[in-house]
Amino acid sequence: MSKPKVAWYWCASCGGCEESFVDLAEKLLDVFGAVDIVFCPVAMDYKKEDVENMPDKSITVSFINGGVRLEEHLEMVKLLRRKSDIVVAYGACSSWGGIPGLANLYNVKEIIDRKYKEVPTVVNLNNITPREETEVDIDGYRVKLSLPRVLDRLYPLDQVIDVDYYIPGCPPTSEVFWNALNILLSGELPPKGSILGAGSKSLCDTCPLNETKPDKLELTELKRIANTIPKLDECLLAQGYICLGPVTRGGCGALCINANMPCTGCFGPLDGIIDYGGKAASYIASIISYDELEELEKVYDSIPDWVGILYKYYLAASKLGGRIRRKKEVVKDG
Amino acid sequence: MGDRYEPIIVVFACNWCSYAAIDLAGTSRLHYPPNVRVIKVMCSGRVDPQFVLEAFADGADGVIVAGCHPPADCHYQNGNIKALRRFTLFKRILARLGIEKERFRLEWISASEAKKWVEVVNEMVNELRKLGPLKNRVEVRRLVEA
Ligand code: SF4
Ligand code: SF4
Repeated sequence: MSKPKVAWYWCASCGGCEESFVDLAEKLLDVFGAVDIVFCPVAMDYKKEDVENMPDKSITVSFINGGVRLEEHLEMVKLLRRKSDIVVAYGACSSWGGIPGLANLYNVKEIIDRKYKEVPTVVNLNNITPREETEVDIDGYRVKLSLPRVLDRLYPLDQVIDVDYYIPGCPPTSEVFWNALNILLSGELPPKGSILGAGSKSLCDTCPLNETKPDKLELTELKRIANTIPKLDECLLAQGYICLGPVTRGGCGALCINANMPCTGCFGPLDGIIDYGGKAASYIASIISYDELEELEKVYDSIPDWVGILYKYYLAASKLGGRIRRKKEVVKDG
Repeated sequence: MGDRYEPIIVVFACNWCSYAAIDLAGTSRLHYPPNVRVIKVMCSGRVDPQFVLEAFADGADGVIVAGCHPPADCHYQNGNIKALRRFTLFKRILARLGIEKERFRLEWISASEAKKWVEVVNEMVNELRKLGPLKNRVEVRRLVEA
């Protein structure tokens, strides 16, 4: 019997997800023994035509990481969907938009202006910004160069194609990936839409500091790791740091907690949560111990970017998908 | 309702105070615009910000969460305080997500305040008529599939 065929594609990705694959180290040999990798732009030189020439459904599993931000991504994921039996959203960006999904607070023009003109470290005297098409002279020839169109916003994979499974994390740990791979290769597939490789318990449930977390939390102030250092041996939330362990899926091995960092939610929502940021806001606000508006506002004022904290990995998948824009803005982007 | 734009307002009203006030407005034959869709909940402390987001995503132009007056009117002692803590924070999030402040209200309406209920609805309907529909804006999410 021939080996299962696997494809690995990146959309708007930082490279961390690819890293988590490489982190399998010697286990990679087992992976190469068990599957044929037929498409993997990060490591192998195959072109779009090569995928087009494969028969439909001939790829057993496509792992797709990063969010869908360019027309090119859109084309490629649609193609891979057609060619694959199973499509897996790999990592936070692909599953819910991830950190690049926070750009959904801005429109394309605002993003380009920020990056190419306004950032303090940028010097751009001629105000040059990327264009979809441009003409240049090369060796006496007039050549037209083009770039893929930037979509109006970043889309999680399941907003543009049908997705079978999700592997959570930013990036997923290699252990989570290994578990997921074994499930996929076992032939006993879980129901469509399942999260692979991580359990259903919250991070708190598996956190080494859980014993120090009081049953009833009452916070009088919120602290930030930007200007204070947490104690090592006490639940971070109890200390006043916004730790999202109570609403986040466990399975990461509490890596951040072990490094004295509060959970920022990269394994995504627990089952039953319909909007991660909404749920996180609900939880955090309910444990602030003040009953008066003024005192509450003061505590909330101490955190400069609530959306960035509570929706760090989830904004693009949230109920509103990002900042709601006026109609004329949408036309301009589209 | 003719051609005029009519906003839709989803109301989460607590069983003990606000829903009773809405009932009282009815039995007292007070008039108010028919733009509201009232959902009875046991307590304002049961209303999760996720419900509000869902309402907006499903086409509501405005949302009201209504409960008993703080500090002590809540039937469950401090559900209204929980609501105050939650929605004070949540309003900041809505603002950042581009939802105008007129579109969301946290109101304390006791069982006898039928008149206040009518005032709140009148005021909000007027404000939302000026703002126009939210729906057109949310639809942007489906742009890619089109
Ligand atoms: S999920 Fe995290 S590691 Fe993976 S591409 Fe996105 S930002 Fe990078
Ligand atoms: S809140 Fe954070 S630090 Fe506290 S038990 Fe949960 S995951 Fe651990």
